[in-house]
Amino acid sequence: MKLIICAGPPTCGKTTVLKQVTNKLLAQGRRVAYLKEDVQFAEEATMFSEEFGIPSKAAYSGEICPDHSHVLILKEAVEWAEKNQADIFIVETAGLCLRCAPYVEGGFAICVLEVTSGMNLPRKIGPMLTLADIAVVTKIDLVSQAEREVFRMNLTEVAPIPVIETDALHGINIDRIVREVEKSPEIKQPMVLRGNPPLAVCTICAGKKEIGWENHFGVVRTLESDPFYQGE
Amino acid sequence: MSGIFPFSRNNEPSSLTLEDVHSVTLLGGHGKVGQKETVTEVKFEMGNVVSIVGPTGSGKTALINDIELFANANTPTGRRMLINGATPPEELMDDPSKNPIALITQHTNFLSDLPVDVFLRMHAKIRRAHEHETIVEETLDFANQLTGEPIIQENSMTELSGGQTRALLIADAVIIGNSPILLLDEIENAGIHRGRALELLRNYQKIFVFVTHDPRIALLSDFRIVMSRGAMEKIIYPDEEEAIIIDRIGKLDDLMLRFRKRLWEGERLSEKNLGGDLSALLSSSKETLS
Repeated sequence: MKLIICAGPPTCGKTTVLKQVTNKLLAQGRRVAYLKEDVQFAEEATMFSEEFGIPSKAAYSGEICPDHSHVLILKEAVEWAEKNQADIFIVETAGLCLRCAPYVEGGFAICVLEVTSGMNLPRKIGPMLTLADIAVVTKIDLVSQAEREVFRMNLTEVAPIPVIETDALHGINIDRIVREVEKSPEIKQPMVLRGNPPLAVCTICAGKKEIGWENHFGVVRTLESDPFYQGE
Repeated sequence: MSGIFPFSRNNEPSSLTLEDVHSVTLLGGHGKVGQKETVTEVKFEMGNVVSIVGPTGSGKTALINDIELFANANTPTGRRMLINGATPPEELMDDPSKNPIALITQHTNFLSDLPVDVFLRMHAKIRRAHEHETIVEETLDFANQLTGEPIIQENSMTELSGGQTRALLIADAVIIGNSPILLLDEIENAGIHRGRALELLRNYQKIFVFVTHDPRIALLSDFRIVMSRGAMEKIIYPDEEEAIIIDRIGKLDDLMLRFRKRLWEGERLSEKNLGGDLSALLSSSKETLS
């Protein structure tokens, strides 16, 4: 199974891009499962299961940082997707503080940015962009050619990765993203984060990269449980 | 792939430079109810000014979207787009500075609040066009010929009016971007001087495709594509009679523009100046016909 992790600021178009990608993957006979992580509200999972009839799930992080929650539950979520016989598992993260990179070694990492957030956005975010495999730039129909070019240059200066520009609402340039997804490797266990988040205030920030709540202490949670305290 | 795009050693199609583009072809697909298009092929040559006409909802915007997307039977219309008679390499879409197509829609905007000249210089630098000392002046000069109110280059981009923004978008795409193919979606809504725009654009060897409701733009084009229910219905080339009519329509249009200018200048309109203008127009059109 391939693991696709998609991160990006709220309302930048992650869901729209992933819906278009899912649509094309299903048309190619792929079995897709979908997980949406969010803090307190997400209707995306219902949308995916109704629209595509695929196994879909929402995971709410509540008072835990959603990227922290992501690390704790991802192992079980992957097992859930495998049980559902998915060959491609798409995880859409909440995208909050934009400093963390919820990407996993051996998985495929998509960073979605909207060109409407200003030409300097790529310089303002860290590992979420620099550790990604590809950057997808959305809403290109709304800004001038000149600003698209400046945005792109700023982006490739920060992260020399492939950039795919899209107007996802109208399905523009989605095929290119699908091809990149198809090229990505199968996920292997044990899963490890690609990089450390920036502030050492939790086990993960302090350098424990193991995936799974049982490897951590402090406030933890399982895929299905409420947060609980584990440790000294 | 045909031999139009030479292959480099690693068997990747080498990039087509903007100067290499000499034509765009659109192969017909189907309309909104699946009906096959009566126009099966339309070719745009460098230097062409083309209009797309039809009632709202007839598929005009979808047609230019097909061009912008390098449609390859993968858009809702099933059309295919060729550059120089061959399927263009998708890589051209990767980098806007290599993409031969610039699309300016009704909702394309500048979001940057940089001063106009700083912004243009930045874009010129990316395009390596900044070696030309005068490129920013040239771009501003071009834009100012299209607008009623000249652009002040020290002003921030976000202070531009709707018409000034459209004018600068076009000027930037033509001069700094050097795009060989420009798609313009209903620019007449933005207070741009259309007659002047067409005259000016004709000086540049490019393909201009206008989605338009404006009779003047449509009649001044080399040909027009008529859309109906999502399909290309027919292609019309202007004939001698239309050449006469366009002259009169132009005068009518100028008449309206003159009245508009009077309103701008705070004049009060009177029966007398309306009558005078109209009779001057009618007598001149009699001359054209005789």
